[in-house]
Amino acid sequence: MHNQPEIIYDKQGNAHVIVDYNDDYIGAKLGFWLFLFTEMMIFGSMFLIYAFYMFQFSDTFVQYSATLNVKMGGTNTFILLVSALTMGLSLVRLRQGNVEGAKKFIWATIVLALIFLSIKYFEWSAEIHHGIYPGSPTLKSMGDGAVMFFGLYFVITGLHGIHIILGIGAMIWVLGLVRKGKITPTKFVVLENTALYWDLVHLVWVFVFPLFYLIH
Amino acid sequence: MNTFSHTSFYDKTHTVFGHHNSKILQWIFSIDHKRISLLYLFVMMGFFLVAVCLALSMRLELFSPGQDIMSPERYNQVFTLHGVIMIFLFIVPGIPAALGNFLLPLQIGARDVSFPRLNLLSWWVYVAGALLAISSLFVGDGFADTGWTFYAPYSIKTGTNVVWALGAAFILGLASILTGINFVVTIHRLRAPGMTFFKMPLFVWGLYSTAWIQILATPIVGISLVMVIFERVFGVGFFDPTKGGDPVLFEHMFWIYSHPAVYLMILPAFGIASEIIPTFCRKPIFGYHSIAVSSAMIAGIGYLVWGHHMFTSGISETIKLIFSVLTFFVAIPTGVKFFDWIATMYKASIEFKAPMIWAVGTFVTFIIGGLTGLILGTVGVDVYFHDTYFVVAHFHYTMLGGVAFLMFAGFHYWFPKITGRMYSEKHAKYAFFTVFVGFNLLWFPMFLAGAFGMPRRYFDYLPEFEIYHKFSGIGALIFATGIIYMLITLYRGWRYGELAGPNPWNATTLEWQIPSPPQLENFGTIPYVDFQPYEYINGEPVHKMDLGVKEGNKDA
Repeated sequence: MHNQPEIIYDKQGNAHVIVDYNDDYIGAKLGFWLFLFTEMMIFGSMFLIYAFYMFQFSDTFVQYSATLNVKMGGTNTFILLVSALTMGLSLVRLRQGNVEGAKKFIWATIVLALIFLSIKYFEWSAEIHHGIYPGSPTLKSMGDGAVMFFGLYFVITGLHGIHIILGIGAMIWVLGLVRKGKITPTKFVVLENTALYWDLVHLVWVFVFPLFYLIH
Repeated sequence: MNTFSHTSFYDKTHTVFGHHNSKILQWIFSIDHKRISLLYLFVMMGFFLVAVCLALSMRLELFSPGQDIMSPERYNQVFTLHGVIMIFLFIVPGIPAALGNFLLPLQIGARDVSFPRLNLLSWWVYVAGALLAISSLFVGDGFADTGWTFYAPYSIKTGTNVVWALGAAFILGLASILTGINFVVTIHRLRAPGMTFFKMPLFVWGLYSTAWIQILATPIVGISLVMVIFERVFGVGFFDPTKGGDPVLFEHMFWIYSHPAVYLMILPAFGIASEIIPTFCRKPIFGYHSIAVSSAMIAGIGYLVWGHHMFTSGISETIKLIFSVLTFFVAIPTGVKFFDWIATMYKASIEFKAPMIWAVGTFVTFIIGGLTGLILGTVGVDVYFHDTYFVVAHFHYTMLGGVAFLMFAGFHYWFPKITGRMYSEKHAKYAFFTVFVGFNLLWFPMFLAGAFGMPRRYFDYLPEFEIYHKFSGIGALIFATGIIYMLITLYRGWRYGELAGPNPWNATTLEWQIPSPPQLENFGTIPYVDFQPYEYINGEPVHKMDLGVKEGNKDA
């Protein structure tokens, strides 16, 4: 299946390689970057809504930011930063030819992502336990600013959480591909793109964390 | 299809799961861009006809004053369904996903798009979105009655099945994004060697600009629609004034996508015009660079004009003026294109074949649509015309009389390439004139009705507007007849037409240098492209090549 690259010549006799659409490393990465742009537009829209209501209810936003658990949020930030490192290291290991090492680092990333989700779960449960969730009567009684703040909090961290879950799914899929020999030290674009995705997920959190936890 | 001297993509295909014996599976799992384009084409045209029927039923209701065939609530649902189908299922995927999918690789000398399997996935996603939209008709209180714009807070409050319609629009947006990503990568990576950006055919330029809008604008409307779903399901409250939310914010976020979306629709259509004009004028296009760059300019400026949909929403006076000025500014690159096309036609010996007639007819209708757009972009006038039939007539002159007409022009132009056969020129022309007369009779009276105060989206009207609705009703019937006539002509051409040969129009771009219909993987030899896309000398193409796959030479 792996043919010699197809070559054509111009009038001066210079050789030009025809890009094989079935095996195009740069194309695969370019396509994934474009996909990341769409993700940025999605989170960008959410930040736009945030900015809009932050401007309208600045005092309330600052007030309720203080009620969020900075320790849990901070731990999660740290966990995601480390997970971005392990994800990157898995790519480094793979390109060095160390497939087993790469697998271990992917597993480490998955474990860190799961810890992130569990901490998130405890945070959310605490808030829901206090009657604070979208559409709840308690939240409504706290005023418009609180409705917007916690609405944004749940929607943005929820959207981010969905991305974490999708990332875990992608990593498990990548592990399967490694096992089947479809990702190898010379054919690693899928793992590279997954690492790019994970970087985006962690980068979004780097913005989400201060916007909600640190503005007081 | 055995009458052709070569095996075409109708005989052989790549599928995603290996070989299938069933013809149907060979189609719906095919990863060949040409087959996917036809899959899109047929589903899309099917929905187009459904939406035309819905429009006819509205015209029938409005033919005489008072309630005739449907209740006001039903009328609201019918115009919403008409809008959702026409926008999300027909005109947004329209030219890029159907014609673009077929032609993009052919025009840049590639054997397929960059991600063939993603291409198939986007069709499946599109079908899933379509099914969701249709099934919402039969669930709960029926289809949404909000209009295709889903404006909050009504879309939060109404009892109809808005969530499914929103979900469908979101999924269809995903399909559109996937196509956009695929096209941008294809254009960057798979152009034939030597083909720089300024040697690409202008249709490819149109697709390129469109694909960027698909990538950068669609996610915004996607997430906004999801927010409305959250609003209804969880009661979040971003757009609900009773909870401190702001409905105008939804309008902003909606139009940040939906205004660029109209350029997303028209840019590939302009690309089609730029292909047809030089071919039938048999001379190089005037101002190639300015047409190419103006596409990108329209896409860029188109991002910054969404506020002109909201002049009556209470936004500040300053921002209204800024949006108004920027709106006028879009007219400049559009005007450049028209100037270039007309300059190409100047002193040419023009062959008025069916595609050319469609294109020239569109210039008439689109100029009316475009110039009335400037009237609506003027703040003071828009306050008066807002939500009247004037607006309805304006956007149908641009969308139907611009995008859809040029799409039909493209159907006629590339018909011999796609099917390998020729339709009846005579009937194609008659069909055009039927559509053209019907179209103007249908929409022009609405400019007048709107100017005299007829509001849009009303199922009834005052007696003084009856005359306009009568004309419109008759025009609608003539228009629909013309469309059917055109489709029958094309169908008969496909079944019984004469063989067209590789290049019936003496056109210059690469898709005409291979057999019609094209073979699987399109090109046997890929040329080195060191020439402009439209090079004619004395009315004859400069470069004539035979790039088809030679049977036996290459095991495809």
